[in-house]
Amino acid sequence: MSGAGPIIVSETPRHSALVRVTHWITVISFFALLITGGEIVISHPRFYWGEVGNVMTRPLFTLHIPASRDTVPTGYGFVMPDQNGWSRYLHFEAAWVLVLTGLIYGIASLLTGHFRKNLLPTRAERTWRAHWEVIAKYLRRAPPEEAEAYSYNAMQRAAYLTVIFVLFPLVIWTGLALSPAFDSAFPWAVNVWGGRQSARTLHFFISGFLVLFLVVHVTMVYLGGFMSRMRAMITGRVVPPRERT
Amino acid sequence: MNKISRRKLITTGVAAAAGLAGLTGAVRLSRRSGLIPPDCRGVYGAGETMNYAVQRLLTRHSLAREFPRSMISKTPFANEVAPPNDIFKRLQAGGFSDWRLSVDGMVARPGSFSLADLKSLPFRSQITEVVCEEGWSYIAEWIGTPVFEVLNEVGFLPQARYVVYFSNEKIIWESIDMADALHPQTLLAWGMNDGDLPVPFGGPLRMRVPRQLGYKSVKYITHLTVTDSLKGFGKGLGSVSPEFGYAWYAGI
Repeated sequence: MSGAGPIIVSETPRHSALVRVTHWITVISFFALLITGGEIVISHPRFYWGEVGNVMTRPLFTLHIPASRDTVPTGYGFVMPDQNGWSRYLHFEAAWVLVLTGLIYGIASLLTGHFRKNLLPTRAERTWRAHWEVIAKYLRRAPPEEAEAYSYNAMQRAAYLTVIFVLFPLVIWTGLALSPAFDSAFPWAVNVWGGRQSARTLHFFISGFLVLFLVVHVTMVYLGGFMSRMRAMITGRVVPPRERT
Repeated sequence: MNKISRRKLITTGVAAAAGLAGLTGAVRLSRRSGLIPPDCRGVYGAGETMNYAVQRLLTRHSLAREFPRSMISKTPFANEVAPPNDIFKRLQAGGFSDWRLSVDGMVARPGSFSLADLKSLPFRSQITEVVCEEGWSYIAEWIGTPVFEVLNEVGFLPQARYVVYFSNEKIIWESIDMADALHPQTLLAWGMNDGDLPVPFGGPLRMRVPRQLGYKSVKYITHLTVTDSLKGFGKGLGSVSPEFGYAWYAGI
């Protein structure tokens, strides 16, 4: 890249290295959290509201799945193997990876202007109408615009901001609220939800919303062109449509 | 490389370096302060060490939540326990008058306590929640002798770092660090909800560590050992829980 020859302006990558690396670390830790979270839930697939709940109290709702403990009445005649030990170890380890990655991403994004430039809706997009137009286009199954290979549309920005600034902070908070030691230092962190069983139930639902996002996200990546979107998130490079043959 | 990408590279580098430096600093700090749990090895050791070290820094003196009497669970759940062994049955037949708690290890005056001896020490009543790692919970009033009262009675040595405790079922044993052992809410409980501690709930004597999950609150306690190292106990992982795949520190 030196000396003579035409000046080549290097292509700015579609996604910065920071976004790419933190994205994939988040993917790995999220899957670890999801699988181990599922394993932990099957040891007591009953949910409650308020401070306390156990097999002697009425649940808010029950997942009709087998349990890994014979003390839980499930209606199934068998007990699943107990996987709670390593699941709990890995759940918290993956949570640390996710939280630290999120911190690095958040601080670096503030410094580089990633949030402001790429995720805050543009002035024109700050209307319901702008969001509705994107949804209507999706519903018509119109092919993505070329610009969408280089920047996010209004709905993407809204979805990513919700995941980053609402769902992840809430799932971390409700998870921490389940720690008796953390609650001893910060009792408001659990009391504000109306008790630890409420926090546990919310932790489950917020995780469900994150899974819903994941499903929609992967579907949209597929519809937008799986290979090109994956390439952009792995190498950072976008192949302009005119170069494709 | 143009200016923008260079600037980005620098910021990314600085952020990564700051993260790494923070992590290294935390590891160094925790080593110096003895914030490494006994089950710190293996693939889950890093996460476990972070849990223990960070929670110890945040919660060394914090008090577990206590609840009003109106929130005591009408239907507490005792969880299942192994059928009592012959020694237990014999002691139960005698109304537990021969139940002894022996205390040894790094103490000036090793000894043993009857339930009456324990009740003659200053005791405490508290309404706290029992939280099981499975997800369920209940609230009860617990009446018992704080572990620190017993430790003071036998004169624990300044180099003590852990208290190991054993159930009447010898295969069940746990340990806590001195932050929890000397904590005012850590009780050797012999009463529950204004009465004697019922056998299904751990009577006549159970440990209550309300800042950790239920499995640290071992039932049918017969023996405490004060030590400066957990290496000589079982597989050296701190308690029997890591031998079953569960974390030694259960504050989370």
